[in-house]
Amino acid sequence: MNRIIKIIFIDILKSKIVLAYTLILAVLSWSSFALEDNSAKGILTVLNVILFTVPLVSILFATIYLYNSCEFIELLLSQPIKRKKIWTSLFFGLSLSMVLAFFVGAGIPLLINSPDGVGLMMLLIGCMISIIFVALAFLSSILTRDKAKGIGIAIMTWLYFALLFDGMVLFLLFQFSDYPIENAMVGVTALSPIDLARIQILLHLDVSAMMGYTGAIFKDFFGTSLGLIVSFLLLCLWAIVPFFISQKKFQTKDL
Amino acid sequence: MINIKNINKKFGKLTVLNDVTLSFKKGECIALIGPNGCGKTTLIKSILGMVLPDKGSIEFNGKSVLGDYLYRENIGYMPQIGRYPDNMTIGQIIEMIKKIRNSNEALDEDLLKAFELEKMFDKKMRTLSGGTTQKVSAVLAFLFNPDVLILDEPTAGLDPLASEILKEKIIKEKEKGKLILITSHLLSELDDLITEIIFMQDGKVHFHKKVADLKTETNEDKISKAIASILKQKQPETRNLKLEKAS
Repeated sequence: MNRIIKIIFIDILKSKIVLAYTLILAVLSWSSFALEDNSAKGILTVLNVILFTVPLVSILFATIYLYNSCEFIELLLSQPIKRKKIWTSLFFGLSLSMVLAFFVGAGIPLLINSPDGVGLMMLLIGCMISIIFVALAFLSSILTRDKAKGIGIAIMTWLYFALLFDGMVLFLLFQFSDYPIENAMVGVTALSPIDLARIQILLHLDVSAMMGYTGAIFKDFFGTSLGLIVSFLLLCLWAIVPFFISQKKFQTKDL
Repeated sequence: MINIKNINKKFGKLTVLNDVTLSFKKGECIALIGPNGCGKTTLIKSILGMVLPDKGSIEFNGKSVLGDYLYRENIGYMPQIGRYPDNMTIGQIIEMIKKIRNSNEALDEDLLKAFELEKMFDKKMRTLSGGTTQKVSAVLAFLFNPDVLILDEPTAGLDPLASEILKEKIIKEKEKGKLILITSHLLSELDDLITEIIFMQDGKVHFHKKVADLKTETNEDKISKAIASILKQKQPETRNLKLEKAS
């Protein structure tokens, strides 16, 4: 497996898009820390930047890369290699390069400017978000043979998690504001990896005090070590489940 | 060596393979012919495990190919339209396949030398002409000395010199007792190569005969004419067959 991962990894690192992505992340993170006078505010800015750009680039780049490597997949399939191995190697190669780009671009400024628990947490969550959206890209690219449709699905997925989901949650909050739905809201956040990540960081930043009663409920759940473990497990599930569904489909795909 | 039993394959509503049963043995050189879209390439891809049949079984050396992958070590496949990663050079592609196969056996680099591909090792795949891409496919198919060679339209797109080189190579491998499976529309080219003929139509095997038998049955000495006369007898309405008449 290592040989194929290596080939894919080197191939991706050669592409200028990953380099540009790293540079953009670096510029954004360094400038947000330089603009804000304290590191907590800087982290908040970086958080918003990361939760917006990282999913978008991960899902789009991975989807396009998968469609462009269909020749490569065909070539490998005529060689004595398991289908499963080809698919997992692609996944590891792509995840590894997205995580590396994130680490170099945003991780280094984070570790330098905020070398504490929050900074480390942010780094970990950024890596997980990268992997989750690569997994979602695998799912969207296996659903259809048509490249344009596949990229469309990828963009819709990103739009849903980055914007629409929050809108819907807000809508629900206002509609049912007369009812005690705070506990249910904790459950709803599990439905979006971006929200899980955001709440995890916000609670560590002590700005949850500003979120009122809901914030207190969130802190009650996510603030405990059990909540922390549960939310990390949920994030892992968000990466594993889409990838496994896509692998099941790839096993029986005609090429 | 390869046993195909009652395989069926549908793409949506279209039946591409309809109850195909065939068996290939060592030392045979088989031509798979038939009109466009009759299921030749699908049959080949099913043997390679790239297309999974809906029903039926395919055995390679007595073992089912379903879910297996190691059997592909013994197959050299030359696709009809070779598609390779655009950004890699010829040298990188060959190097990569060598690494992936990781075999210690001696490599067969005859074609690499005959096609003079070494001069173009640092050319990107995207910049290559169709014929040169075919040459790369051919080199990769023969490189690991496989027991079975599956060649999908090997000479399409090659210049006369290159296709002559390839034909000589195929004859050489055939004499070593390998199983060779060729699909082609150029029947005149197959004359001195093949020992058996399979004619497919609409996903069914029309006939599977030895070339010698076919020739005596029809009293013709050219394969193209023999096929044409059989088709005239059996199905006068098939006119759109792409059989090359001039020979």
